Amino acid sequence: MSTLRLLGVGWYFQFKMILRSPFDGIGNVLYPLFFATTALFVFRAGQSPRTLVYASLGAAVMGMWSSVSTSAGSAMQRERWWGTLELLVAAPRHFSLIMLPATLGLATVGIYNLAATLLWGHFVFGIPLTITHPLLFALSVVGTVLAFGGLGLLFAVSFVRFRAAWVLGNFFEYPVWLVCGFLVPLALLPGWVRPISWVLAPTWGMSAIRESALGGTPLPDLLLCLGLGAAYVALGVLVTDRVLYDARGRGTLSLT
Amino acid sequence: MAAIEAHELCRTYKTHTGTFRRRTKEVEAVRGVSFTIEPGELFGLLGPNGAGKTTTIKMLITLLIPTAGSARVLGLDVVKDAREVRKRIGYVFGGERGVYERLSGYDNLRYFAELYGVPPKLQKPRIEELLELVGLKGREHERAEGYSRGMKQRLHVARGLLHDPEVLFLDEPTIGLDPVGARELRSTIASLTAAGKTILLTTHYMFEADALCDRIAVISKGSIVAEGTPADLKRGVGQGSVLEVEVYGVDEETIEQVRRLGGVLAVSVEEREQAQVLVVQTQAEVELTSAILGHLNGGQVGRISQREPTLEDAYVALVTEE
Repeated sequence: MSTLRLLGVGWYFQFKMILRSPFDGIGNVLYPLFFATTALFVFRAGQSPRTLVYASLGAAVMGMWSSVSTSAGSAMQRERWWGTLELLVAAPRHFSLIMLPATLGLATVGIYNLAATLLWGHFVFGIPLTITHPLLFALSVVGTVLAFGGLGLLFAVSFVRFRAAWVLGNFFEYPVWLVCGFLVPLALLPGWVRPISWVLAPTWGMSAIRESALGGTPLPDLLLCLGLGAAYVALGVLVTDRVLYDARGRGTLSLT
Repeated sequence: MAAIEAHELCRTYKTHTGTFRRRTKEVEAVRGVSFTIEPGELFGLLGPNGAGKTTTIKMLITLLIPTAGSARVLGLDVVKDAREVRKRIGYVFGGERGVYERLSGYDNLRYFAELYGVPPKLQKPRIEELLELVGLKGREHERAEGYSRGMKQRLHVARGLLHDPEVLFLDEPTIGLDPVGARELRSTIASLTAAGKTILLTTHYMFEADALCDRIAVISKGSIVAEGTPADLKRGVGQGSVLEVEVYGVDEETIEQVRRLGGVLAVSVEEREQAQVLVVQTQAEVELTSAILGHLNGGQVGRISQREPTLEDAYVALVTEE
């Protein structure tokens, strides 16, 4: 119970801080619109409404992913600059339980990204906002947010150990768009890419969101997405102690 | 059982030089520091910048792993029992960092209360009580980014006390505070000791250490060079006397010449407005006024005075000893 409470309270305050950040705020408002515009211009050539919905949903999840991959790194970097990282490590609660709400907070911003992209596509490009299974769609979005939060935790833990790792957050932003099928169907990618796609929860989250919106069977994809998200959290919790021990040994916690 | 025991603590850091041809160098920040602090004691760790005070504290609060030696807080090993140690200690450091500026002071405390495992029912009254104690009542709902340095410092103190820790580590808590704020904080520290808390305080201000600490250890270049009550330390230079000479521009060579005079224990220079004051600690039986003035022959000399040594003089003598 106290763990759930910690996650809830941590999420609330981290989300509050993200909403109050002008830098994150402007990025989160503009990025989805930029992604949506680019994707929809590219896919408009196909002249199929279904393709445009496909692209619109892909752009929406691109925005969600970007807010996690880039922001998780910069959020940890900010904890270093603010001098709060040491205070978080010095707290008696398990560090992963302190970090998880922070990355979940970032992933939650992704819900706005998704909504903004779909609305932008609807009002500017006239893409129909028809969701075949609204409840499953909502569940798929929530499941994707949770899995992104779990993946963000893995990122955040590595940022604690490797100071330069936040740059990798930016590096991972674009390959995941491709590898997880946000814009291009996985079937079009080379065979050796597929195993990489399968172990990445965004692949299944994207698929579940599309299946539920366009009419299909999203549940298997959603379960895989959630399962992988849980595996990321478990791995994050397992490696946290080792990573922190190493950072305490090297004396890198106070460095910016 | 002692509240804090440090036994031969050592800590080295690796630093790098060069950009293309990087070289790794090991710096010994702490070299075999040992001390014991009894429950309820206020122990001061004094030393110049880079002496190893903060590194010592960070090993004791589990943020750094000692390279050698061991330490126990309330009987718990700071490496093996890190999480148990964290539950029972509070840590406050000086300066403006360590605050979530986008949150209000109240939200900062609310968040850390959760992280420090303060029971939900106790959080609100505890935060109210601490806001009252540190004088932030009425400003608690403003964002911390608008707080003055002193207010952020008081917020730090409140955060460090949230879970009512038995042992408090205060790392230069009054640094940068205005005189009134610093005095209020010192009075808060005194009241915490009166309430039975064990406190390890680091500070640069000798009068602060003199006024607050039961015992003091002076640390210089990573090693403890003296330990005792403030009175013990003063007695260490108590047999001597201090000559203060107001000068207007004194070079390193002259200072070195004065330092080499027979009977001189320590020499330091303090900046006071346009003038500098050459502070020379001498042995009691030695009269060096004319010899010192002889060395200052070329420069303009102002007021000359002689006085009894203070704790600050004891500190200067200890940390300037080779």
